Amino acid sequence: MSRKINIWANMDWITIMVYLVLLMAGWLSIYSAVYDEAHHSILDTSQRYGKQLIWITAAILIAFAVLLTDSKFFSFFSYFIYAFTIFLLIAVLVFGTEVNASKSWFQFGSVQIQPAEFAKLATALALAQYLSNTKQKLHSSKSLFSLGVIIFLPVLLILLQPDLGSAIVFFSFIIVLYREGLSGYVLFFMILFLFLSVLALLMNEVNMVILLVLSVFAAHMIFGRNPKLTLKATLIYILAGLAILGLYRLLSPHTILEIRLIVASVTGSIILFFLALYYRKIHAPILLGFLVTAILYTYSVDYVFDNMLMPHQRSRINIVLGIEDDPTGQSYNINQSKIAIGSGGLTGKGFLQGTQTKFNFVPEQSTDFIFCTIGEEWGFTGSFILLGLFAFLLLRLMHLAERQRTAFARIYGYCVVAIFFTHAVVNIGMTIGLVPVIGIPLPFISYGGSSLWAFTIMLFIFLRLDAARMEFLR
Amino acid sequence: MKDHFSDRKFVIGAMIVLPMLLFLVRLFSLQVIDTSYQISATSNVRRNVTQYPSRGLIFDRNGEMLVFNEAAYDLMVTPGQLAPFDTAEFCSILGITKEYVDAELQKARDYSMFRSSVFLKQISSVTYAVLQEKLYKFPGFYVQPRSLRKYQKDIAAHVLGYVGEVDRQVIEQNPGYVMSDYIGITGVENTYEAELRGEKGVSMFLVDVHNRVMGSYQGGRYDVPAVVGNDITLTIDAALQEYGEKLMMNKIGSIVVIEPSTGEILTLVSSPAYHPELLVGRVRTRNFRQLASDTLNPLFNRALMAHYPAGSIFKVMNGLIALQEGIITENTRHTCPGHYTVGRLTVRCRFHVTPQALPGAIQVSCNTYFCHIFRDMLDHPKYGSVTSGFNVWAGHVRSFGLGERLNSDFPNELRGNVPLATYYDHFYGENRWRSLQLVSLAIGQGEISVTPLQMANMTAAIANRGFYISPHIMKGIENSEIDPAFREKKHTTIDSIYFEPVIEGMYRAVNGPDGGTARIAQIQGMSVCGKTGTAENPHGDDHSVFIAFAPRENPQIALAVYVENAGFGSTMAAPIASLIMEKYLTGSVSRKWLEDRILDADFINRTLTAAVSDEQED
Repeated sequence: MSRKINIWANMDWITIMVYLVLLMAGWLSIYSAVYDEAHHSILDTSQRYGKQLIWITAAILIAFAVLLTDSKFFSFFSYFIYAFTIFLLIAVLVFGTEVNASKSWFQFGSVQIQPAEFAKLATALALAQYLSNTKQKLHSSKSLFSLGVIIFLPVLLILLQPDLGSAIVFFSFIIVLYREGLSGYVLFFMILFLFLSVLALLMNEVNMVILLVLSVFAAHMIFGRNPKLTLKATLIYILAGLAILGLYRLLSPHTILEIRLIVASVTGSIILFFLALYYRKIHAPILLGFLVTAILYTYSVDYVFDNMLMPHQRSRINIVLGIEDDPTGQSYNINQSKIAIGSGGLTGKGFLQGTQTKFNFVPEQSTDFIFCTIGEEWGFTGSFILLGLFAFLLLRLMHLAERQRTAFARIYGYCVVAIFFTHAVVNIGMTIGLVPVIGIPLPFISYGGSSLWAFTIMLFIFLRLDAARMEFLR
Repeated sequence: MKDHFSDRKFVIGAMIVLPMLLFLVRLFSLQVIDTSYQISATSNVRRNVTQYPSRGLIFDRNGEMLVFNEAAYDLMVTPGQLAPFDTAEFCSILGITKEYVDAELQKARDYSMFRSSVFLKQISSVTYAVLQEKLYKFPGFYVQPRSLRKYQKDIAAHVLGYVGEVDRQVIEQNPGYVMSDYIGITGVENTYEAELRGEKGVSMFLVDVHNRVMGSYQGGRYDVPAVVGNDITLTIDAALQEYGEKLMMNKIGSIVVIEPSTGEILTLVSSPAYHPELLVGRVRTRNFRQLASDTLNPLFNRALMAHYPAGSIFKVMNGLIALQEGIITENTRHTCPGHYTVGRLTVRCRFHVTPQALPGAIQVSCNTYFCHIFRDMLDHPKYGSVTSGFNVWAGHVRSFGLGERLNSDFPNELRGNVPLATYYDHFYGENRWRSLQLVSLAIGQGEISVTPLQMANMTAAIANRGFYISPHIMKGIENSEIDPAFREKKHTTIDSIYFEPVIEGMYRAVNGPDGGTARIAQIQGMSVCGKTGTAENPHGDDHSVFIAFAPRENPQIALAVYVENAGFGSTMAAPIASLIMEKYLTGSVSRKWLEDRILDADFINRTLTAAVSDEQED
């Protein structure tokens, strides 16, 4: 059953306001980043801010078009759209223009289109469509296989370009699957292994083994026979360790990372030891299994890192981990980015006053490193507001997703949240040196037509679905 | 559809909020707590360009400009900011080879990727004009204006000295200097470095990542302008210096001319000299190497550094000492049989009227006379021993500034040698030496050695009747005073009354009725006093030496002339001194024939010829 409702009255204007504010902030940042006295007209289309104004205008028109589309169109055509973008991803490998050794772009005259941006949107639609209609349980092998194909087919094609940054974004769909019933262990292990991967690269094997033995010993002491409790204990241990690590880093930024890690792990172990006194339970096989897996994984990370990654990828990771200190190479970019943001101070240097971004010390200052302009010119205040806007947008979208009456709209909403979240965290984290340099744009802020349009369509499809939520009876 | 998992929104919400909080903490620490990023940002965009002051100008005593500056440009490179550029075009603009480019860039990279190094020194203004137009094509390069020394006349190279780049040692000792700064290395440029150099300034510019200047930093609020070096005026008389150098052409030796009343050095010639421009700019290193390997040693400042035997001119000193010590009076006479013989030792003398009193002995330069009075003094019983007699003698000699530095404003002035009693003690054994063994000192030979500057100064002291002022080259400094030591009279240990007989002897040597050794030095209407010397040279022909001052009363000029291997004092040194005095006192030279004779004399090529024929004989 469905009924027609005035979509403008049910539109979530709050989200649209946030969207417009972000567009404005983005455009001002691009203007400031590439500003030069000679071309100060905002309509100068030889400059990026002039072009971006065109992209923004077009994006708003596209948003209108999306809102005027029938809400059922998206679920109905989701597989078709998905198939079409898969076709585009294959086509770009053949007909794409090669830029920086990767074939990610179609070149039409002066306009460049990046199909990977639209593949996220298409995959989100297909995922929502599949999950909302399958009769299979999520954990059944049939549905796991289908989900795997839907998500990893575009990943594979994008890796062939190759475009690591765009490919990584697809892993964020795990969050959506978790919301829809995927075992929490999967999410947990993903986070755990992400953490272990970082640790494994940071520490030498001996320290790593000591750390693992200590932690597992502690976990064993506490939770013994109960594997669930063991996992919980490990989680507590890791979170406590991370918290101590972070605190330590803030308090004493110049201590060697290894020392900090050892302090963190030992402190964590001590906490668990006291908990163990309370529980007094033992379960040897699970303990052993966990230990062996962890050690094997640790070594495999090292193996992959040393033998399978490209040199520039290795070096990017090394720099973020603080192993490599090379002022001329990869870390030059991160360093300059941190200098730009760090020099902003509490209130920033003021609009157009940023020297680091304007004088090109920061690389890609209008695309991947656009956050530097905000950090430098608007300071901590501006960074705080921007982060706040993103957090607000994400939580707002979650809220909207939760109030959907159809599984399709809810799942699609979570897909949008997951993609925006990943883009924001990876992009901003990269500029402040907390995440390896992975070139993905900051939604609505970074310069670029394809990404802006893709994000806009993505968002407005959801807003269109949300506006139509009342058409469905519970 | 039933939703079993809606509680998971809280986990997901936490996953979204936690990284955002972590980022905020990180941003707070980057932007608010850690201020080092602000400093890094400033140093990123700020380029400090040193503003080099132009060095002070140098004038002669009459205000004639001797040294000035010419603009030149150093091409600097910052390797970290280089981008690929058209090497062929770059090389053709600058007139350099690709190998040079590669080598210099490597050197610059080895020094620092981010700090600038000099890539090519002292580009001419013409090349600079072409380069400036195209500089935007060569990111990483910029031009630093410098100034180079330029000389109005090809004179006084040894006096002026030269300017070069500071070396590591200087930088370590003087923190004010940095690599590629210029510093005076010899001569006046060195002595008066502090006055001439001025103060470096700095301009701060905003630059972009390609090191392109985007504007001035903070509107130039922190710029420090360069302070131009102070001009200095030398005591040198450029015209006289030029004339002296002309006369010394093709001769090895030195002329030092002093104004006795002030100690001001009017002329200081060391021959052979070199063109001062040879040691300026990019050609300096090559030319320096060439000059340094020249067998005639043109870089050697003979006026200050050459040690010569004093020779017969030293007899005036022995006369003064004997008078002061009461060994003789001006009327004491000694007979000269043509030689001075004691046992197996014979000092030969030339034929002349005998017996002579002191003025006559100086006039005819009688060896016998001075051997007598020298030994009479050392053996005089009032001293108790030869050693203490010798010490009294040496004390008088030193009071004329011999055997020690005259504390002129030349850093490389040498002290000569006046032997100590301990020297003879060491040589002969304590109290084992007698006056006879030292008798060659009586006629200025033996262990004593002097520099031309010291002899000119001694002459000035005689002209002044008993005092001298440390000879100096500095007459005036802009915004400053000259060293008060250069106004201070230094009195010799000889009382002024004893100078008259000696001066009479010097007067007669030039103007004397008969037997004067230096009659060629006579100047019509001018009471010239002089003394010839023929310094015995163990390495070859004797050196021709002459000291003189004029006029006899109220002397205006005192000088010493040394011409190596030119024989008797009267043949070369005396005429040169005479011409110099005439030129200075009358403003012109009337004796063209004498001038021509001097100008034609060539002792360098003759020496060379002799050396060549020697080799052929071997």
